[in-house]
Amino acid sequence: MSKSERVIEREEVVIRFSGDSGDGMQLTGTLFSNTSALFGNDLSTFPDYPAEIRAPQGTVGGVSGFQVHVGHSEVYTPGDYADVLVAMNPAAVKANAKFIREGGTIIIDEDNFTEKNIKKAGYENDPVKEDKLDRYNLISAPITTMVKETLKDHGLDPKTVIRTKNMFALGMVYWLFGRDLEYTEKYLKSKFSKRPQIIEANSTVLRAGYHYAETIEAMTPIYKVSPASIEKGLYRTIDGNTATSWGFLAAAEKAGLGLFIGSYPITPATGILEALAARKDLGVKSFQAEDEIAGICSAIGASFAGNLAVTSTSGPGLALKSEAIGLAVMTELPLVIVEVQRGGPSTGLPTKTEQADLLQSLYGRNGECPVVVIAASTPSNCFKYAFEAARIALEHMVPVILLSDGFLANGSEPWRIPSMDSLPEIKPPLVREGDDEFIAYERDPKTLSRKWAIPGTRGREHRIGGLEKTVKGTVSYIPENHEHMVKMRAEKVARVVTKVPHLETYGDYEGDMLLIGWGGTYGHLLTAVRELRKEGKRISLAHFNYINPLPANTAEVFSGFKKLVVAELNAGQFVKYLRMELEDFKFKQINKIQGLPFTCAEIKEQCIKLLEE
Amino acid sequence: MTEEIVDYNPNDFRSDQEVRWCPGCGDHAILAAVTRALAELKIPKEKFAFISGIGCSSRFPYYLSTFGFHSIHGRASAIATGVKVANPDLNVWQITGDGDAMAIGGNHFIHAIRRNIDINIILFNNEIYGLTKGQYSPTSMRGAVTKTSPYGTIEEPFSPGELVIGAKGKFFARTIDSNVQLSTEVYKQAALHDGTSVVEVLQNCVIFNDGVHKQLSDRETREDNTIILINGEPMIFGKNRDKGLKLDGLKLKVVKLGNGISEKDILVHDCEENNPGIHTMLANMRYPGYPVALGVIRCVSAPTYDMAVKGQITKVQKDRKIKNVNDLLRSGSTWESK
Repeated sequence: MSKSERVIEREEVVIRFSGDSGDGMQLTGTLFSNTSALFGNDLSTFPDYPAEIRAPQGTVGGVSGFQVHVGHSEVYTPGDYADVLVAMNPAAVKANAKFIREGGTIIIDEDNFTEKNIKKAGYENDPVKEDKLDRYNLISAPITTMVKETLKDHGLDPKTVIRTKNMFALGMVYWLFGRDLEYTEKYLKSKFSKRPQIIEANSTVLRAGYHYAETIEAMTPIYKVSPASIEKGLYRTIDGNTATSWGFLAAAEKAGLGLFIGSYPITPATGILEALAARKDLGVKSFQAEDEIAGICSAIGASFAGNLAVTSTSGPGLALKSEAIGLAVMTELPLVIVEVQRGGPSTGLPTKTEQADLLQSLYGRNGECPVVVIAASTPSNCFKYAFEAARIALEHMVPVILLSDGFLANGSEPWRIPSMDSLPEIKPPLVREGDDEFIAYERDPKTLSRKWAIPGTRGREHRIGGLEKTVKGTVSYIPENHEHMVKMRAEKVARVVTKVPHLETYGDYEGDMLLIGWGGTYGHLLTAVRELRKEGKRISLAHFNYINPLPANTAEVFSGFKKLVVAELNAGQFVKYLRMELEDFKFKQINKIQGLPFTCAEIKEQCIKLLEE
Repeated sequence: MTEEIVDYNPNDFRSDQEVRWCPGCGDHAILAAVTRALAELKIPKEKFAFISGIGCSSRFPYYLSTFGFHSIHGRASAIATGVKVANPDLNVWQITGDGDAMAIGGNHFIHAIRRNIDINIILFNNEIYGLTKGQYSPTSMRGAVTKTSPYGTIEEPFSPGELVIGAKGKFFARTIDSNVQLSTEVYKQAALHDGTSVVEVLQNCVIFNDGVHKQLSDRETREDNTIILINGEPMIFGKNRDKGLKLDGLKLKVVKLGNGISEKDILVHDCEENNPGIHTMLANMRYPGYPVALGVIRCVSAPTYDMAVKGQITKVQKDRKIKNVNDLLRSGSTWESK
């Protein structure tokens, strides 16, 4: 059979790279994604890795995976099932067998399928039999042997040689998808610019893998995924944490303020602190605090001093910050708290995604303590919502919690680069120097925000603090004053609704069912609803980015549908909130609490079931 | 930029708020000394920011007419850090107590000191929790009988000076509330020092721990029970200035002048010595047995965190390729869709 006959033209393909957590699978996946993005595909990625940096080798617990979905048309999710699985050892097969599409391709390093490794992975028998791998197109390649052979004259130590295995696998995959090696070779050159030997070794192995796949051509089909026709413009790939960080930089520039981030490293939010620490060229003041509390408190101090102040964290860290969030609410200072959710409670599943910190964000503080809560819904729109979170915080003098999650934080996709001119202005209510009386808690009649008088401004000296105060800033225990101030602070948050765009649906404004989601599940819910609509179902999607306050037309949108179904990756938190806020409606739920994103298939299946009820 | 020189009197730094500390509380004298020091510093008033935590002492910012922030328990060091890093031109002070700084805020306290952020910390030490009405604190002496230790405490107290120096502190001074003149001078020294300056004020809680520092403050005994350290001068003390400190092996020893011991045998105070050995010993001297050291015990110059942040940014910005957010968004791998 000639090569051309074996080319499979596909709209989209999902590839999963999988191996031990030291096998370099995250890098391999990233390089493939970037190469595909440059080729012009739309894509979505999902890194899935263990919490342990080097979990026991060869065990299922230590498997690190990177899934990428590339498409000729728009791609919204990393895909439910892999068309191609690269498995560097038996554990990688064991961990991923259930995520491979029937008839898909599995590439394994057969050198690693020793009896010992097979046992370690938890197989009793031959994995081919146990997991019925003969259902797939199994490419069993002696990768380790070939890598050793390829580099035998390079004078490298055995450890370094073995480490290039991932490049061999990547080379094979590039051939399989007809991609060129240029991007990867460029990457290797800049990454190891001071170690030419390493560049040479990796490039040689990469090419060896490519040629090997070509040689064994007869065994496998080639996938062809043509470039996507996407909106004109300049693009880059971006992950959620980077997009979040850059959104804050954009907001600081628009507002003409310095940017301060005070944070403590915590998975999966650390990337934000890292990305901003790298931006000294843009004047970012990044402060790695001694703990979560110091992270937010330093940010509150920086906000008092007139910076756009940000702190980033994940679930347990948000719990530690809760008292300080109350202080920011009470002192009415602008502040953005980024909460990159992960599986909880307690330490929970640090590297897995979940949406279970919504109620903590809304209510997890002492006293009457409302804050604005907004949620990003794709890796790239983390930029937009970080910008909006900062804009709301600065213009309304409120703390804002920006929700992201592990799936958005580490996932990446192509992003059409916006121009700074296209972003709205940000005008914080800063007070200039002067001798007229400054009233610390005097409110703007429209937004109810107080003015921001920063230390160093002559004539504007004043005192703020966590104690209840009168409008003038005098400590007060007067009962009526407390009730008044509590209501003012709540009303101030409620009035942020003027900045909240109306809720739109994907689909129609009436029908049998409205699927309701929020945050990082957008891609999966959208894909499921799109497919259901193609199948003739009268279903639409309403996806929320603004949680508190809710869009003003929420009830109106809900009232157009016979059934309302809230899908979320928790035991039902947004649905509880909606039941409180919109008590006239009845809601059904779809919930998943496995530390994993939804699959489109399970959403569809449950929607159909609920439609038939 | 030339700094505006301003003439103030201490009252210019008092706010219109009614001072609500108990009559006879040591805090009143501390407030008097701090406002005197502020007036003498001749820094424009709007440059001062006073940050406090929770406790009796932490009400302090309300009684000053500067920018002030009364925050949450233990966190003032972290908040002050953010203020100073965000705007290094400000003169930032932290007002705290023994519980606020060394119990609930211990972590922030030691890390601010370790980083050497240019803030001035005034630590009111009355060895008791006053605002919660009389429970023991991390500086209460072993055996102290309080509401939560009716049979006496069974824990060793911190020595604030030792803790500060152990956390790589470069400035530590001690004063006592009743000595307004010494206090004023010490606060000024703290303000003028670049880096974290910690001043421990021995403060009397008239309600829950009255007389805790009595031996050090009473007119009759104070000169024999304390020593005021002056840089470059021999460590001589006593009502009759007839006692001094010398090294005896690895320990400090109180000696009486005369009988063959003269001034030249007495240690000369060097607060600028980087080696913390003697400073730690001086800070740890306790009555009885030793005079309690007052004045500036340690004052060593070292790079500050806030200036290092500024310096790093300036350095990186010198030959930066990315000058604004538009540049950043377009940096690295991009592609055009036509």
